[in-house]
Amino acid sequence: MAAITMRDITKRYADGTEAVSHVDLDIADGEFVILVGPSGCGKSTLLRMIVGLEDISDGEMRIGDDLVNDRAPKDRDLAMVFQNYALYPHLTVRENMAFPLRIAKVEEGEVTKRVEEAARVLELTENLDRKPANLSGGQRQRVAMGRAIVRDPKAFLFDEPLSNLDAKLRVQMRTEIARIQKKYGTTTVYVTHDQTEAMTLGDRVAVLRKGVIQQVDTPRNLYNDPANLFVAGFIGSPSMNLLPGTLRGDTLKLPFTELKLPEETMSRISGGGASERQLIVGVRPEHFEDAEMVSAEDRPKGAVFPSRISNIEWMGSELYAYLPYQAGTAIAGQLDALAADLDLEQMSGDESQLVARLDAASRVDENSEAQIWLDARRVHLFDPESGLALTRRQPKSAGSGNGAGSSQTGGAVPGGSTTGHTGGSTAI
Amino acid sequence: MTASTIGAEKIGADRDRAAEARPRAKKAAQSQKGNSLGWKIGVIGIVAYAMFPVLWILSLSLKSSADVGDGKLIPTAPSLDNYKDIFTSGEFVRPLINSIGISLITTVLAVVVAAFAAYAIARLDFPGKGLLLSGALAIAMFPPVSIIGPLFNIWRSTGLYDTWPGLILPYMTFALPLAIWTLAAFFREIPWDLEQAAQVDGATPFVAFRRVILPLAVPGIFTSAIIVFIFCWNDFLFAISLTSTSSARTVPAATAFFTASSNFINPTGQIAAAAIVVTVPIIIMVLIFQRRIVAGLTAGAVKG
Repeated sequence: MAAITMRDITKRYADGTEAVSHVDLDIADGEFVILVGPSGCGKSTLLRMIVGLEDISDGEMRIGDDLVNDRAPKDRDLAMVFQNYALYPHLTVRENMAFPLRIAKVEEGEVTKRVEEAARVLELTENLDRKPANLSGGQRQRVAMGRAIVRDPKAFLFDEPLSNLDAKLRVQMRTEIARIQKKYGTTTVYVTHDQTEAMTLGDRVAVLRKGVIQQVDTPRNLYNDPANLFVAGFIGSPSMNLLPGTLRGDTLKLPFTELKLPEETMSRISGGGASERQLIVGVRPEHFEDAEMVSAEDRPKGAVFPSRISNIEWMGSELYAYLPYQAGTAIAGQLDALAADLDLEQMSGDESQLVARLDAASRVDENSEAQIWLDARRVHLFDPESGLALTRRQPKSAGSGNGAGSSQTGGAVPGGSTTGHTGGSTAI
Repeated sequence: MTASTIGAEKIGADRDRAAEARPRAKKAAQSQKGNSLGWKIGVIGIVAYAMFPVLWILSLSLKSSADVGDGKLIPTAPSLDNYKDIFTSGEFVRPLINSIGISLITTVLAVVVAAFAAYAIARLDFPGKGLLLSGALAIAMFPPVSIIGPLFNIWRSTGLYDTWPGLILPYMTFALPLAIWTLAAFFREIPWDLEQAAQVDGATPFVAFRRVILPLAVPGIFTSAIIVFIFCWNDFLFAISLTSTSSARTVPAATAFFTASSNFINPTGQIAAAAIVVTVPIIIMVLIFQRRIVAGLTAGAVKG
């Protein structure tokens, strides 16, 4: 087991494009770190640079105390689970799992012992003498993990290991991976595009976009305190509502209501609010509520506004209401760019809609007017130029479960141009 | 034979799917029935067409020299005399040994060299790769008869004339491109991830090649081995031009020099017997390895 340290890691292709730009990331010994981002954000490339299947153009990669930039994969002592499992089809499950040990010339009795132990942990004992072709998807996945754990490597690397499984199996294997990582306490880097996996598995999550790390933090901090628009839009499902707003003094004007921001929020906004200021406002669906369900005590802490309900999705424990509103075109460009990045449908346009998560007991009806309450304490404000969050709390240190993680975020870049070194976020 | 049945099955399977998809299932089922009957007749026809000359040769080889010209498919007095003759006269046994030796050596050498070359071509991007591949193809397409004259002179002056290496060398020249093309196609089919997994598991590139890629390429290796072997086994042009005695002359060339017991009898029966004898190893080899060639050995490696 070992820590993994990345300093200014860059992957540059011959044509000059950068798949990974100036990544600084410290992964503590025993920590479970997730690399997450939309497809093409460079997360897999970064993982393959850690394991040595991709060359490092610039920067330093250390595993433990060793600089591994120029080491072949076989000399890095890492174990990787591939997206398509990459089991050796001509070998049985037993031989597949024994393969790395045989290569390392481990003595045969020890090989048998370790393979059987791993098979027991992964519940593969009955399948040890079968070929991969005769296994189900979940079993193949386990064999791939078995091949990783028999070796007791310095770190486990997972490259979207669950993306080939069906939804039910995915949940099951997710808990399995968490269990095994805890059992062995091995440093783990896990690549996924699925934010549920990212949020449930990781001690810390690194969000990537176009090869640049946007924010590294605990899942909780990512959700509650996103560093910029991209993280805000990417993390959370349904995703955060993003809408145009104007701030004058402590009054925030939204397309459908006006909101008085509490002092606590105002104190966090850098630059003050002396003059009128165009902003992008982010509100999570759960920070709306049916006004009738809000206690009299809480009501003044937000704003109540009337809205038509265009559609309702009742999920049993909760209820999603869709609220149409006129967005205007003030920030359409930024939101469209973000939507394209996140593979979402267009967020802007003349007619937009909010998603609100209401109490399941709410009696709001489709195609009717309802009074909706918006929690003023929980709105996020973003600079429309740079996309950076204006309402961030101070980055918390020692946020991770292992006490090693600190919040790392893309640096503030006025005007939105990319600088490199600290992983500046680009304009959205 | 196998190719056509596989084709028939595939089309049948496609039909099945179509039948499920459409409400006109009954009609489709009828046309499928008619179709498979048509296929059967077609297959039988093609097999009969291909097998008839072989049967005729077999029939000739069982006839005595007096009956050779009688034009009957079934010999009136079948005997194995022709076979006895060719195995007792030195005219056939020594060339048979030459044939087996030269073909096997060429096959082994060509497949080993081609495996490395094809692997590099499939996996690496190096300058001149396209040129190499098209060059190999051009050599394979090159009409051997156009180089046979110069080769004859060079071989005579370098001492390669009428020796085993003298035949193995030109065979390699033509067999290697064949083997490289076949094997490269097979290597490309093997998921690259497997090799990378092996490297992460601690294998050097060579160990990954030997323990993961090569076992998976076995069907391809057998396929190209058979192609190369048949090419060498059947060659007549080089064998007749670059040999002069039985020290290196192979069977196809040797049969042309067969003499009968008397100068006034045509050795047709013996030639037919020799033809049958040299066909048998090929048939046996293809039958043995057919399963390996067809087997989809990579099933289960990756999802899908």
